[in-house]
Amino acid sequence: MNKHDPKGIPHTTPRQSATFTQDINSDIRRAAATGIYDIRGGGAKRKVPSFDDLLFMGASISRYPLEGYREKCETSVTIGGLHAENPIELDIPITIAGMSFGALSGPAKEALGRGASAAGTSTTTGDGGMTPEERGHSDKLVYQYLPSRYGMNPNDLRKADAIEIVVGQGAKPGGGGMLLGQKISDRVAEMRNLPKGIDQRSACRHPDWTGPDDLEIKILELREITGWKVPIYVKVAGARPYYDTTLAIKAGADAVVLDGMQGGTAATQDVFIEHVGQPTLAIVRPAVQALQDLGMHRKVQLILSGGIRSGADVAKAMALGADAVAIGTAALIALGDNDPKWEAEYNALGTTAGAYDDWHEGQDPAGITTQDPDLMARFDPVEGGRRLRNYLKVMTLEAQTIARACGKNHLHNLEPEDLVALTMEAAAMAQVPLAGTNWYPGKPGTTY
Amino acid sequence: MQTIDLSETGLREMNKMLHAQADNTNQTAWEIVNPKGAHAIACGLDAPIEVTIKGSTGYYCAGMNQQATVNIHGSAGPGTGENIMSGKIVIEGDASQYLGATGHGGLIVVKGNASSRCGISMKGVNIVVQGNIGHMSAFMGQSGNLVVCGDAGDALGDSCYEARFFVRGTVKSLGADCEKKEMRPEHLTLLQSLLDEAGIDADPAEFTRYGSARNLYNFDVDNAGAY
Repeated sequence: MNKHDPKGIPHTTPRQSATFTQDINSDIRRAAATGIYDIRGGGAKRKVPSFDDLLFMGASISRYPLEGYREKCETSVTIGGLHAENPIELDIPITIAGMSFGALSGPAKEALGRGASAAGTSTTTGDGGMTPEERGHSDKLVYQYLPSRYGMNPNDLRKADAIEIVVGQGAKPGGGGMLLGQKISDRVAEMRNLPKGIDQRSACRHPDWTGPDDLEIKILELREITGWKVPIYVKVAGARPYYDTTLAIKAGADAVVLDGMQGGTAATQDVFIEHVGQPTLAIVRPAVQALQDLGMHRKVQLILSGGIRSGADVAKAMALGADAVAIGTAALIALGDNDPKWEAEYNALGTTAGAYDDWHEGQDPAGITTQDPDLMARFDPVEGGRRLRNYLKVMTLEAQTIARACGKNHLHNLEPEDLVALTMEAAAMAQVPLAGTNWYPGKPGTTY
Repeated sequence: MQTIDLSETGLREMNKMLHAQADNTNQTAWEIVNPKGAHAIACGLDAPIEVTIKGSTGYYCAGMNQQATVNIHGSAGPGTGENIMSGKIVIEGDASQYLGATGHGGLIVVKGNASSRCGISMKGVNIVVQGNIGHMSAFMGQSGNLVVCGDAGDALGDSCYEARFFVRGTVKSLGADCEKKEMRPEHLTLLQSLLDEAGIDADPAEFTRYGSARNLYNFDVDNAGAY
């Protein structure tokens, strides 16, 4: 007997809509209540084809492996040797992506410098300029040249080991940024030359150039100002990777930084993060193709970012042709961001560890994405640096483990031939065979 | 006076010579001939020297200038004096777009007209234009002063912060959140000093001041239509 129906007619099970999910409904209710789109940090949270959809085949009768702990597997990479007098020499091909002082606290930036330096790699400034603690603790520091030019000055430019002209980022190709008033502390306001407490916009395009021909002249100017000493990278979002890479190379870039949609941002519209850009897996092959078509593969370095988490991701990126990777979100997690030990405080903010992404609000319980002195005091930059170094070392060891299993004595010797894909989508994007076949969608010479 | 013929010396060698000058250099006067519109001439200077360029220049002449005085005896290409920190740039002819973009300090004087986006994202630089300026000038201007003795084009000061604009002629239209302001005595004094420094004879009383209405400083959905 159905207690709700005296006649005993069976009810259907309450059914949730696949279109109007609880998540979507909560978005609609939030929009209806506030009248403002949702702003958040981080990268795309939706499930997209990723490096998880690829597998290495490892050694077999036709491929023999290298002995772990005995036979060397090199990890070093040189970036920017094409035009720069002093290219960047890294011990490991995992760099720290640009994250701003302002979005991050000073001690968090210091920890990134400490960890990267201890692991033999570079870190990168962000929108907001170069801080002394970051420069002081980073053996190799890449200076981002951004549309907003906040904190931009030639003295810092000359202190940099490389310059990264930021055209776009994976989380928001074609979008600018927003640092809400609560994070504009006195120090942030002074560095950015803005009144304290206002919502600060970061421009979406550079104020003094448009298009690839101008970019070539901008690169010339930056080289002249820095005496042709340091490499110049161009960072683009994973929008049109073949053409963007081609144009960056033709404009004279020493390295191309390519950022997929899983790459994080300090703050932008959720709709932008989730609906603009391409997955990291989808952008690497077109970019490598562009490099190969111009005869520049391995001469102009490709640094891939956007959702890199493990040594397996590093190895897969390199097998597909990248020279190095950059990590941002993963580095913050290594520092302690979204750690379950702050669960009660995440709950108080209406969220949970792992899901916290309102970095722009400046209330980060982990004390990393904040300018609040009390919260910042929770974060120890020395300990944070040690944790980041450990994490980078583990990623490197993992990548080496895979490379040795594939018989490679350098991570750069990994190749697409080492990979298979688990899904049709990943096979098409990575241009490696679907597991169990010798075919991928779009393979030249095949019909389907 | 040191004279460099750019057609013979080349850009790299010329900039290298200028960059080699220290604060206490005794070679303070430089002349560059045959610039022929080359890009990045005299960019990144950081010494109390005076460089006179005999002819027109391309993109980013005197970009990121510190301390130096750069005189352009011709017209100047896009992005001239971008991110200037200090010193002075004087353009005898016209200036192309993005003049003094993101400039943090110093003074830029244009004897002719300046094109669109003059003073875009200015962060403390002072710009004095004897003629007219184009559209979208001082877009997102943060601080500093833009003085226009002629007319201003469309959307002056769009989305500006604390930069001040003084225009003697007409303004075709004001950008989002830019409004006409009261000209108080301290502004007249400031304007007079800027005109004096630029060597331009004009009466501050003939100018109108514009600046941010500060309505867009904190995001409000009711203002979304203004963007």
